[in-house]
Amino acid sequence: MTAPFTPVLAGSAASGDAPASPRNVPHRGGPENPSAAALRAQFAGAIQRVDVVWNETTVYVQVSRVHDIIAWLATDAEQQYNYLSDVTAVEYRDGEQPLQVVWHLRSLPFRRFLRIKVELAPGAALEVPSVWDVYKAADWLERECFDMFGITFSGHPDLRRILMWEQYREGYPLRKDFPLRGRFSRSEQLRQALAANPEARYSMEELSIVDAFDELPADMRARVKSGERTGE
Amino acid sequence: MGLTPRPGDDVVSYNPGSQESFMTTRLDFLVNWSRANSLWPMPFGTACCAIEFMASAASKFDLARFGMERMSFSPRQADVLICAGRVPFKLAPVIRRIYQQMMQPKWVISMGACASTGGMFDNYAVVQGIDTIIPVDVYVPGCPPRPEGLMYGIMMLQKKIKNERAADTSLRDEMEPDPKSQLYIPPTAIDELSEPFGNAVHQTRSGL
Repeated sequence: MTAPFTPVLAGSAASGDAPASPRNVPHRGGPENPSAAALRAQFAGAIQRVDVVWNETTVYVQVSRVHDIIAWLATDAEQQYNYLSDVTAVEYRDGEQPLQVVWHLRSLPFRRFLRIKVELAPGAALEVPSVWDVYKAADWLERECFDMFGITFSGHPDLRRILMWEQYREGYPLRKDFPLRGRFSRSEQLRQALAANPEARYSMEELSIVDAFDELPADMRARVKSGERTGE
Repeated sequence: MGLTPRPGDDVVSYNPGSQESFMTTRLDFLVNWSRANSLWPMPFGTACCAIEFMASAASKFDLARFGMERMSFSPRQADVLICAGRVPFKLAPVIRRIYQQMMQPKWVISMGACASTGGMFDNYAVVQGIDTIIPVDVYVPGCPPRPEGLMYGIMMLQKKIKNERAADTSLRDEMEPDPKSQLYIPPTAIDELSEPFGNAVHQTRSGL
């Protein structure tokens, strides 16, 4: 005889606490993340609007204040958004729509998820402040966003292409005005790709050459000092 | 001829009438037979085809049956480059360099739809077939091809090797790319090879 198996129900699986699924979560207008109200109180003029879609809160903020807002969310004892999970951008096919830059923040202590968005109107400069000084994880995320969308993150220590090669001249692939196959003909693309030296793909920093600056020969020191990046 | 009783270990004999240890053949046949049955592959796996390639090399499909159990991760000791998976433009100079580092005789198998044609990745980042970068001997279709498919391609390559003539030295000539453009084949041919076919949507380009 074996005792009947009784599963331990805890958290959202416990009785009376329905698990969050598309059936019982409203598409729009669910409960707001408490951080949104805190943001409204703290940065009254900078918060443009708050959307709740599928229980996820999106806060639209002003470009000029986004760095302060994210820094405050990261450091405030009541918020503690200590994990930056993504930085990306959204461009709509409708040219009238603004291009959005998105930060996904997660608060591990409070189990909260918050999406911060900045809208860049058509024709406005594609420039937003970098949050690299708040989250070191923003380094590569912002580089990818720069590579794919051409958005400049001011204050980033090393903003250059990360997925495409550094000599890539065709533009920013995820922009809506970018043709799927690229701007150049296939033979020209191949010619440019083959012209690259495969051993010059890494910057001096990535190869730890800069770390050994004192032990470098004089010509290498001069090359590093002159800001040479790709070894070409 | 018949069997002769084996002499004792201390007896050294030479009997030209007994031909048991001799055979006559064409030198071509012997060289090609040994080459075809000890192809050392250089695996260049970039995507899901590499998983099928690993399955081919593992015990169930057992590439060792073809003398290929020794994966050569150095191009200098490799005979056949197996490109398994899509090759982005960023990797184009890398695979070109690996091919150039391989010693003659050398062959290339393009494994899978992406390596052969670019496959579904008809976009800004992916090379439309590695035959625009390096010469290819055997194309294995499939997305990804099953290990049986790869083995069929390998057997086709073995058949090709067995038909080679040692006297024909042009087979071993190293192809030099055009020094100006670094391309093996004319740009117009590349553009034509890269044109989408089937029901792919035709796009406008800005030229150049």
